[in-house]
Order: sequence, then structure tokens, then C-alpha cells
Amino acid sequence: MADTTQTYEPGTHPDLPPPMATRGPILWVRKNLLSSPLNIFLTIVSAYLLYLIVPGALNWALLDAVWDAGSRAECREIGSGACWALAEVRFGQFIYGFYPEHLRWRVDLTAVLFILAILPLLWDKTPFRPLMLIYSAAFPIIGYLLLVGGLGLEPVETTKIGGFTLNVVIGVTGIVASLPLGILLALGRRSHMPIVRTLCVMFIEFIRGVPLITLLFVASTMLNYFLPPGTTFDLILRVLIMVTLFSSAYIAEVVRGGLQAIPKGQIEAADAMGLRYWQSMRLVVLPQALKISIPGIVNTFVGLFKDTTLVVIIGLTDVLGVGRASLSDAKWQGLAWEVYVFIAILFFVCCFSMSRYSIYLEHKLHTGHKR
Amino acid sequence: MTTFKILLAAGAITAVGVTGAAAGTLDDIRAKGFVQCGVSTGVPGFSFTDDAGNWQGFDPSVCQGVAAAVFGDASKVKFTPTTGKTRFTALASGEIDVLARNTTWTFSRDVDLGFTFVGVNYYDGQGFMIPKALGVTSAKELDGASVCIQTGTTTELNLADYFRTNNMSYEPVPIETNEEARTNYLAGRCDVYTTDASGLAASRAAFDNPADHIVLPEIISKEPLGPLVRQGDDQWGDVVRWTLNAMINAEEYGVNSSNVDEMAGGASNNPEVARLLGSEGDLGGMLGLEKNWAYNVIKQVGNYGEVFEKHIGSDTPIGLERGINALYTDGGLIYAPPMR
Repeated sequence: MADTTQTYEPGTHPDLPPPMATRGPILWVRKNLLSSPLNIFLTIVSAYLLYLIVPGALNWALLDAVWDAGSRAECREIGSGACWALAEVRFGQFIYGFYPEHLRWRVDLTAVLFILAILPLLWDKTPFRPLMLIYSAAFPIIGYLLLVGGLGLEPVETTKIGGFTLNVVIGVTGIVASLPLGILLALGRRSHMPIVRTLCVMFIEFIRGVPLITLLFVASTMLNYFLPPGTTFDLILRVLIMVTLFSSAYIAEVVRGGLQAIPKGQIEAADAMGLRYWQSMRLVVLPQALKISIPGIVNTFVGLFKDTTLVVIIGLTDVLGVGRASLSDAKWQGLAWEVYVFIAILFFVCCFSMSRYSIYLEHKLHTGHKR
Repeated sequence: MTTFKILLAAGAITAVGVTGAAAGTLDDIRAKGFVQCGVSTGVPGFSFTDDAGNWQGFDPSVCQGVAAAVFGDASKVKFTPTTGKTRFTALASGEIDVLARNTTWTFSRDVDLGFTFVGVNYYDGQGFMIPKALGVTSAKELDGASVCIQTGTTTELNLADYFRTNNMSYEPVPIETNEEARTNYLAGRCDVYTTDASGLAASRAAFDNPADHIVLPEIISKEPLGPLVRQGDDQWGDVVRWTLNAMINAEEYGVNSSNVDEMAGGASNNPEVARLLGSEGDLGGMLGLEKNWAYNVIKQVGNYGEVFEKHIGSDTPIGLERGINALYTDGGLIYAPPMR
């Protein structure tokens, strides 16, 4: 280093970094945590609350937790934290319910095939998309055969389907079946044909005016009184129908909101082009209306998925039912925290993925209104 | 109306299929090959799933006994978990054949709802649990206490009655579930927790320091729990009734699952035992069952005492004493008519 001073031609001096206080982490802290007296106060309070909660929660959930034990008593001997051994020992039960152990691969396979089937629906760059869409249309039959049996597969009674599998089956069926039904109801409600419109309005208002639990009770108990004695009508099928009807009414209203946001000029333009009703709906109105309705639709779906746990009230052993029955085992009694935290994690993962996907979809379709 | 029903039936047939209901329940069960049994969705010791996912407990044992009596195989039973709200319709509609779900035998259920209670397999009653530190030894000293009580149950009414008759006041702390009661009670939000005595014992067993809590001796209500069937099919009712009676009588005569083979081989000179196990007479035939029906029940499920000790007895975490559920010969109330 012979020359410590460097000279620049005028106008060629490189930009200096901004002063320390206006960049990097310090700025971030100032701007986000300490920007006003109120924010300083809130930051301190939040930090204190975190300090109170996080170490204890971490200790309980991870550091002091027991992962391997045969009963609650053994857990308590080993450590003072959460006893995840229960979730571990009964993991199969929580996920598959009473599905026969040697056939559980069929549930796994159904799940894998299901993901393959919804991929082309969710992601428009799927390879071989047209072919895959045919497969998606056929998936309900494949899934039914795999879960329930038939065509050479060993039959499994639907009462054996339980645990988280049952929640997913009810949730997915409800979601998939209620969307088209809901769109039809929304169109029907805006129809100019009085009978169609009246029927749709009556249906939607009736279903929305009744709690889901009431419908589930109708499915599980009332139908038995209407049907001739001795008729067995699969309970899960009954529940599936009720859940689908229930959520289709909500979807209909969400979609109607989207339809009403479309300016009348769009429909008139479609009419002027000589498009028939269904053509104008399919090509002009619905693509725009559904795009607007995405947050509402996903919101309804997330709600529906969580509502599937209500079936525990009519005695189906979904994941909550399995949890309840497990907590009644004298060996594990008293581990309610662990059971419910575990179930909460399962649901959070699913619902959070759904809402992330909805955000992705909104961004992708957000072309017309970008500013 | 009839056409409507036929239409509905046709829909149902195409959906799933129909089980014939014209014949008696016993014939139906033979035809389908298993007993459909309603149990509760989970009461510690009384009905729960084990780690392998099978229903176990004091109540499912009754159904396993019935399956052993009918088929000679205690595993030919399928369980339907029922809640307090769905249990009676499930039985009335024929979805289940027998309900073994700690259900209290009451007048209106027996008469008005059209069921037949075939017996009592557990005499329960409402009790009180308090922390030992309270220093109370009798429920009569609970004046002014705060009480954790499940809302909308008969226990709530019983509690009000009891305190009124004894001229005492109390402060109710309404709670919804057993687990909630447990948390509130342990956190000291109420001095007393009241529910069925068996439930109290089960909850207490799961406490970290069970010895710090006591169940007071007063029992303030009658809760006879037992299996029930639909009214109107007496043959099936008899099968369930006498399966329960056979288990009780077996305990009285000293027949249990380990010595039943010797007993059947003539190790006992008690003619009641011979009739029970089918080596003498044909009690099974009268019921429409095999001669050795009771032998199968005892061999595969055990006698009443064995079932009690296995699931809820003093060696289990539930830790219930026999108390009034001892045999009448030991001063309890468990008593079955003779096998003759």
C-alpha cells in the first residue's frame, strides 16, 4: 500500500453505504419495534410475554418431553414434559382409525393417488395435463374402490374408516362435491326462471338457517325413523351427503357475491356476441366471478374441513373420537393436552396449506386489477 | 305414505342393501354372523380403545359374552360407539342389537322409550370428591362449598335436591366435560367435584397425587347401569339377560375362566354348575343356543368378578372397590336368579 489516498475523477466516486443508523438490522429494529412510545411499550410487553411462554412451552413440548413409554405413569417417571408416547403408540389409530392394519397401505395409496389427481387441477403446468385430467375425473371411483374394497380387493366396512382419514375423506368429498353444486345454486338463485330461483333460495336459506350439528343428527338418527325398519343406509354416506349439502349452500352465497361484482356490461357484451346462457357463463362471467370469490371459497373450505370434527357428536370415531377413546384408556388417562395439541398440529398443517395455495392462486390470477 | 316409504326403501337398497328384519333378532344375528353392540365413545375402565385399536372395558365385555354365548366365539362382535344423544335411536332403529353403555335404568327409558333393561351390571351413584386438605369427612359438612358440576345432567338435579333437603347452600361452578372438571378442580376453582362415584374414582386415579383427594362416603342418587335391548323380542332379551346372569352365577359358584374346564369335567358336585355349563340338562336349548353356551362365555370372557377386576377393579388404575357391586353373599347387591 504505497498510496493511501485515492483520487477520483469528478462524477466517478462510487456511492458510499448509507450511515449505520439508516440501514440493516438497526434500522429494522427502529422502524418496526421502536418507532413510537406506544410501539416501544408494546415491544417490551410482547417480549416479556414471549419470555414467559416460550421457554415453558419449549421445555414442555420438546426438551422435557417423553417420546417412548408404555403408559402415562411410565412417562411421568421419565420426564415432566409432554408425553408424546401416546401419539406415537397410537399414531396408526389417530391416522387410520380402525382400518385393518394389513390393509392400511390402501389408505396410503389413496392419499398418493389423490395428490396426483388434484395436481393437474391445482397447477396448470402439470406435465400431460389433458391425460391427467381424465385420471382426475376417474379418481373418485378409484379412491372409493381402494378405501371400501370391491373388484377383487378385500372389502372394508365403512365403519372401520376413522381417525384423520375420516376427516380427510369427509372434508375432501364435501369440498369437491360442494363446489359445482354451489356454483349451480348460485346461478339458480340469480336465474330469471321463478321455480328454479325459488327452489334455490329455499334450499340455501334453509341450510344456512340450520346448524351443521342438527343436519348431522338428522343424518344419524332421524333418517332411521323415516326409513323402513331394518334398512341400513351407510352412516358415513349419510354424513357425506349432509356435509356436501351444507357447504354447497355457503359456497353458493360466496359465488353469488362474486357474480354480483361482475358489471352487467359483461353479460350484455356476451349476449351481443351471440353467446348462449351457458356459453356466456362459462366463458365470460364465471371465470371472473370465481376469481374474485377465491378467498371466500377457500375460507368456506377451511371451515368445512375443521367442521368435520363435529361428527364425533354422532359417534363416528374421527380423529377427535380416537383421542377421546384413547384418553379413556386407564393407561393414558389425563393426557388431554398432548392429544389435543397433536390433533391441532394435524389440522393446522392441512388448513395452512390450503390458505397458502389460495394466496398463490390469487397472485397468479391477479392480472386484471393490478395497479 | 306407503309409496313414499317404498321409494325411500328403493333408494336405500340401491345405495347399500337391506338386512331382513322380519325374523327374530337372534336369527338375524346368526345370519349376519356377529353381534352389533353399542358402547360409549369413552369412559375410563368402562369402554375405551386399547393400543391396538380394539374396544375394551367393562361394558364391551358384556357384548363379548353375548357373542360367546351365541357363536361360541367372543370375537364375533362389532362395536358402534354411541354418544349420550345417539344411543337410544341407534338401538330403537336396529342399528345395534344391544346397548351396553353405562346407561342408567330408569322408569321412562324402560317404559316410555320402549326398551328392556336385562339387568344391572354396575350399581353406581353420585358422589363427592374433595381435597383432603379441606378436612371434611361427610357431605353434610359441605355447607357453602363451591361445586364443579356438569350442566344439563341428572347429577345437577340430584345435587340441588340433596342440598335443599339438608338445608345447605352451595355455589355451582358449571362445567361441560369431565376433562374440564378435572382441570378446574385441580386448579382449586371449586372445593368439590361431583359426578358418578365410578367417574370420580377414575378421575382421581389419574391425578398426580391421588392420595391428596378423597371421595366422601355419601352417595346421593341411584344409578343402576345395565345392558338393554329393544322391547318386543323376548327371546333376544333372554339371551342377553341370561348371559349376564350366567357370568354372575359363575362367580357365585366359583367357576372362572381358568377352572371352567375342570368344572365342566365334573370337578364340582354342585348340580347348578353342571346345569350352567351344560353337562346336565339343556338350558342352552331352551334359549335357542348351544348346550355349552355358558361354558363359552366363562371360558372366553370370564365370570362377573373376573371382568370387574380386569377392567375397573382395585388392581387397575381405576381402582374401584367391589362395594355394593359385590355378590349378595359378600354383602353386595349383585344377585342372579338360579340356573334351573
